[in-house]
Amino acid sequence: MSEVSYGEVIDYTKAPPLVQGNPSLATIDDSIARPMEKLPNKKFFMALSITLTMLLIGAVALAYTFYYGIGMWGNNIPVGWAFDITNFVFWIGIGHAGTLISAVLFLFRQRWRTAIARFAEAMTIFAVMCAGLFPLIHLGRPWYAAFIFPVPTQHGVWINWNSPLVWDVFAVSTYFTVSLMFWYIGLIPDLATMRDRTTNKFKKMIYSVLSLGWRFSNKHWQHYEKVYVILAGLATPLVLSVHSIVSFDFAVSILPGWHTTIFPPYFVAGAIFSGFGMVMTVLILVRKIFNLEYIITMDHLDKMAKVTLLVSMMVSYAYLMEPFIAWYSGDPVDWYLVLMRATGHYAVGFWVMVACNVFIPQLFWFRKVRRNVVVLFIISLLINVGMWLERYIIIVTSLYRDFLPSSWHIYVPTITDFGILIGSFGLFFTLVLLFSRALPVIAMSEVKGVTEGAHPSHQIGAEHE
Amino acid sequence: MSEMKKTSQAVRRLYGVTALFDRPERLLHAVGEVVKQGIKSYDAYTPYPVHGLDTKMKLKRSMIGAVTLVVGLTGASLLLLFTWWTNSIDYPLVIGGKPLFSWPSYVPLMFEMTVLFGAVSTVTALLVIWLNLPRNSHPLHDTDFMKKVSNDRFGICIEATDPQFDERSVKALLEKLGGASVEAVYYEERELTLRETILDPKFIGAIVVVAVLTSGAAYFGFNKMNLIRPWNSLTVQDKVLPETQSAFYADGFAMRPPVKGTVARGQMPYRYASDIPGAEKYMKNPILPTKHVMELGQRDFNTYCSPCHGYFADGQSRLQGQFPVPPSLHIDSLVTAPDGLYYEVITNGYQGVMPSYERQIPRDERWAIIWYIRALQKAQSPEVANVK
Ligand code: HEC
Repeated sequence: MSEVSYGEVIDYTKAPPLVQGNPSLATIDDSIARPMEKLPNKKFFMALSITLTMLLIGAVALAYTFYYGIGMWGNNIPVGWAFDITNFVFWIGIGHAGTLISAVLFLFRQRWRTAIARFAEAMTIFAVMCAGLFPLIHLGRPWYAAFIFPVPTQHGVWINWNSPLVWDVFAVSTYFTVSLMFWYIGLIPDLATMRDRTTNKFKKMIYSVLSLGWRFSNKHWQHYEKVYVILAGLATPLVLSVHSIVSFDFAVSILPGWHTTIFPPYFVAGAIFSGFGMVMTVLILVRKIFNLEYIITMDHLDKMAKVTLLVSMMVSYAYLMEPFIAWYSGDPVDWYLVLMRATGHYAVGFWVMVACNVFIPQLFWFRKVRRNVVVLFIISLLINVGMWLERYIIIVTSLYRDFLPSSWHIYVPTITDFGILIGSFGLFFTLVLLFSRALPVIAMSEVKGVTEGAHPSHQIGAEHE
Repeated sequence: MSEMKKTSQAVRRLYGVTALFDRPERLLHAVGEVVKQGIKSYDAYTPYPVHGLDTKMKLKRSMIGAVTLVVGLTGASLLLLFTWWTNSIDYPLVIGGKPLFSWPSYVPLMFEMTVLFGAVSTVTALLVIWLNLPRNSHPLHDTDFMKKVSNDRFGICIEATDPQFDERSVKALLEKLGGASVEAVYYEERELTLRETILDPKFIGAIVVVAVLTSGAAYFGFNKMNLIRPWNSLTVQDKVLPETQSAFYADGFAMRPPVKGTVARGQMPYRYASDIPGAEKYMKNPILPTKHVMELGQRDFNTYCSPCHGYFADGQSRLQGQFPVPPSLHIDSLVTAPDGLYYEVITNGYQGVMPSYERQIPRDERWAIIWYIRALQKAQSPEVANVK
């Protein structure tokens, strides 16, 4: 690892450089553009074949589902939601870190974000694509999804605007649109750079069309930067609203374990937590594969670990508050559910979730852990596992013990359930791999802007040079 | 104003003079000097937005935020209007007994629409109005200058449209300021007229193909696919349709006959069928003449009775000549007749001429009609006691 040493004594007063080794601007372009200009190596094709296989498994499982109906899954009343909605909430949660990194950190002027923002935004888009599939899939007859949109129909009824499920559709599609635009706006200058670099006629045509003829003019940059701030300002509350609305899907119902006011902030914190976990997992792989260690430095990973630790504690707070309110409310059904979560049929899942989300991230208190890539990678994987389990526990345990004991039912996932889950991972990683070859994975123009000496110092001498 | 240069192929015009700098400070300095010279038509080109350049170039603040604000708020208002119209006007939908227009639950959506409209409009306005993109035919495209500023150089271009422009002196100025590769950029006149037009037949063709494909797919999905096995489970179901026989019950009926003595809701059995004296004696109007009852009575009377009896029960039948004209209901014998008679007549019809309304009008509504007839009768023969 290209760990920087600041001499014998670590000087904490001096911020480490955002880009290490002070490379020239041209080197930055060269190394970011390299994956797009070289033929991919064997490792890439191996990875791609694995992810495509996963995708294929998912496709087969889906074909099964659409042919035979959702009876292929373990779902049965009262457990009407299980893997499908778990996967939906899981993926949409992962999608939130991207916007958080690119928009929220942008507004807070955390300039270290430049190295990871592009990738995180791309992950957002791919994760939301995965997430968006599940509401469609869980209908069993996906083409009837058209009925959720407010289109005039023969029978004259409009959609019910009071339903959180309708809000959800609007929130997720708005989120997808805005993230896509945010990402694309950021890509335009880099696409123009690629247009001017490439010698291949066909590539040049594509980059020309996509870069819209960007000219790097300062009169353009001026409005461009303004729009970037505006979009960041719009995306920030949007992130919070989207996952709050996702949590309304549960909180607005009257089911014990779902009907709690803590859900919106709890879900938002969980989303950021899982998103950071996933960004870390993917970035650690990418910087290794593409030798981008001097741009995505150890300091970036360190900072991300700190943010993860912070949100882990927010999530833990929610984990504590849930049973407390259940006990304090004196509602026997609520309290029973808390006990069922911790000791019932899904107790193993519950405790694995607590371990992954509450206890293991506490290791990030140690600088040694934060700066050890292997440990970081393992913990980030465990966070993903923990957060997937969290959604699973929330959904299934609330449903399998509902108000009517006669309809209690233990949910057991089937192979098809797992197939679709694997397929969604396949889709996500296939898209990530293709993205890393087709587009600049790091924002060239932004990284150039944070190198040392990128901006004229405001000394008088500079004027007279 | 611009110099011409004849070449063998086409007319080439001068676009401007470009220069490159290797450090942002140098560019900033050069821009400052150019502004001092009073040159207006010029632009700086940098691989990333350089701090301080905007103030040096004396650019006005970007007002694009106004678009976001106005269109964003429009989005929220449109959503509010739409939810109100769809759920409370066009198809009133009562959810959980709440008011039809329960705006608090539209707030999340209003927010989403603010963001969606705001973001889409800002980006569109930026690209199309402010930056005049997409445009791939600008004179600077494909020049060495562009290839450098998109990588690691900082450039300036003084355009030929400036009133002070003079190729030689501008070149000298830029060279003095330390600019490298000072060059004049030309473009062919043809490029000016080159337009990416939406009327291009290829573009229209593509739109048509997409439209046909999507509508075809939608038609197939909604009208054909659900009739094909196994997706036909919503159209072909294990149930007995009207006019078909059930294989399950011996008598072939799917519906079981109700248990003997079952009384349907609102269909209390009536004991005095064709027994006018009995009805007159024992049937009493069980409901009170509230405003609601009177309005209900008026509605039902106008619907069911007025075609024959007239709107004022005065026998002014609208079926004049096609059907026996009923008597006025204001004759003394009927004004004094007890409510029971009316109930009997509505329920069973009268003398084989007036039909029975037992099936059409529920019990309470019959009584409401009677209240209404009573009101009409009082209105026709005003007495001092009645006018209050
Ligand atoms: C199809 C036309 C028609 C309609 C509709 C109709 N009636 Fe009649 N009604 C008649 C005729 C005709 C007679 C006179 C029958 C006779 O005297 O032989 C009559 C007679 C009556 C009488 C007088 C009975 C008597 O003792 O002399 C009453 C009261 C009456 N109708 C009430 C009603 C009410 C209340 C309604 C609305 C529910 C109604 N009618 C609807 C045609 C109609």
